[in-house]
Amino acid sequence: MRKRTTPYFECALLTLALGWSAVVMAQNWRKLESDGLHDPGSEAVKVLQDPAEAMSQLPPDTAGNKVDWIRALQGGYIKPRSALRGEKEYEVLDGDVLMNIGGSTPAVLFPHKPHTQWLDCKNCHEGLFQSKAGATPITMEKILQGEYCGVCHGAVAFPLTECNRCHSVRQMDAIKRVRGTP
Amino acid sequence: MLGLLVCWAPGSGAEYADVVLNKRSDKEGVRPVIYPHWFHRIRFQCRVCHGELGFVMRVGATDVTMDEISQGRFCGACHNGEIAWSVENCDLCHSGKPGLPTGIKGGHQTTGPGLW
Ligand code: HEC
Ligand code: HEC
Ligand code: HEC
Ligand code: HEC
Ligand code: HEC
Ligand code: HEC
Repeated sequence: MRKRTTPYFECALLTLALGWSAVVMAQNWRKLESDGLHDPGSEAVKVLQDPAEAMSQLPPDTAGNKVDWIRALQGGYIKPRSALRGEKEYEVLDGDVLMNIGGSTPAVLFPHKPHTQWLDCKNCHEGLFQSKAGATPITMEKILQGEYCGVCHGAVAFPLTECNRCHSVRQMDAIKRVRGTP
Repeated sequence: MLGLLVCWAPGSGAEYADVVLNKRSDKEGVRPVIYPHWFHRIRFQCRVCHGELGFVMRVGATDVTMDEISQGRFCGACHNGEIAWSVENCDLCHSGKPGLPTGIKGGHQTTGPGLW
């Protein structure tokens, strides 16, 4: 048995969905000529690439550039070079550091892997962080002032409004992981 | 419906992580420089600029001058007609509205959405 109303309903839904995604797409990235930075009278705004053109092709995200840069890199959507000319060898370290164990927020998990796919050890060690878990006196206040993690997060990497991306491990689980009990 | 439109009104402001460099440009009579992180990180990892090329991770901290760029340092390491288009294209880098202060958009040094 067929219901005659269904196609219309679906059609309406589809239209809504398409309209909505168009609005969202248009909203994500500003045109250069109206972004408040570029001089609309400059020749450049006619030549330079609009952010939407490049970034709408990459895995989406909700904050910062609205691009999931880790998935973009790991999924091969982009292949940013590691050196000025050709490629250089670099170490990708697959080690996590847990922080703020026993605190009032979920514990912080710092993953070395996604960081070392973009950055050299010396971008962080020993200037920003010591190579010993717990040795660096990091606080949230300092981070919000642009120190420690806040050097990059809140400037270039995803912004500090995304608390749960760093505070990502339940305290119970963090304590278990550190004690080594299952 | 009006409520929805208001919610979806385009947020004002530049692309996240765009850098304005204007320590000397205004004074010397050229537009401030707009450097887009998003565009470059599609092509280069952070380590290239913040390692090999010596850009400090603090906007304004690196002393970049046009002379050095023309001699192949900083932006000029790539904008030399070989890796990217050359320094002759003044307007493509000097594209900002006059008077913009040096800083990063969306960063902790500005009042952008990423103040936090
Ligand atoms: C590691 C190499 C590298 C460095 C360093 C570099 N650029 Fe670029 N830049 C590129 C490449 C590659 C392109 C793309 C060129 C092309 O499309 O032919 C580009 C393009 C651009 C564009 C045009 C973007 C568009 O929308 O088309 C601007 C503006 C720009 N760079 C500014 C700068 C400024 C300012 C600096 C220094 C603060 C700088 N670049 C340093 C490699 C670099
Ligand atoms: C870029 C990662 C990151 C983000 C995003 C982040 N935090 Fe933190 N937070 C940390 C780190 C690292 C610490 C310090 C851990 C330690 O004790 O060693 C911390 C500590 C804290 C603490 C404990 C008090 C202190 O100063 O040590 C609180 C509370 C906190 N964060 C709240 C928040 C809230 C709320 C947000 C979202 C608005 C947030 N954090 C976003 C990384 C982050
Ligand atoms: C984005 C910044 C960043 C980068 C890049 C980075 N690290 Fe780390 N590393 C950290 C932080 C944060 C800690 C924890 C420091 C603390 O708790 O005081 C850490 C801790 C360590 C530790 C101690 C771990 C432990 O369990 O005690 C070692 C060893 C280490 N890093 C090695 C490296 C090496 C090798 C590289 C390059 C392949 C590297 N790191 C790249 C941020 C970074
Ligand atoms: C030198 C720059 C830099 C510093 C310092 C830094 N990060 Fe990051 N972080 C990045 C970049 C780049 C990414 C890739 C994602 C992006 O660009 O948004 C990233 C991604 C992450 C992710 C996402 C991992 C995933 O798989 O989704 C977490 C979590 C994170 N950082 C936590 C931290 C914490 C906690 C600290 C401080 C202890 C810190 N970061 C310090 C540059 C940095
Ligand atoms: C093509 C070159 C280039 C690449 C690639 C690049 N940057 Fe930058 N970055 C710059 C320049 C230029 C500045 C401004 C430096 C100055 O004024 O001293 C800057 C500034 C910064 C700052 C300082 C922001 C502040 O708050 O003052 C941070 C943090 C940063 N970059 C992080 C990153 C991260 C993380 C990546 C990789 C995801 C990256 N950059 C990739 C060129 C680059
Ligand atoms: C690849 C990007 C790029 C290109 C192309 C470029 N500039 Fe610059 N220029 C810069 C940067 C970055 C600065 C430093 C900005 C600041 O702090 O004011 C600068 C600074 C200057 C200054 C300020 C004084 C000084 O010497 O530092 C003048 C004048 C200038 N440029 C003129 C030019 C002219 C003329 C051209 C074309 C022939 C040109 N620029 C092309 C990036 C560029």
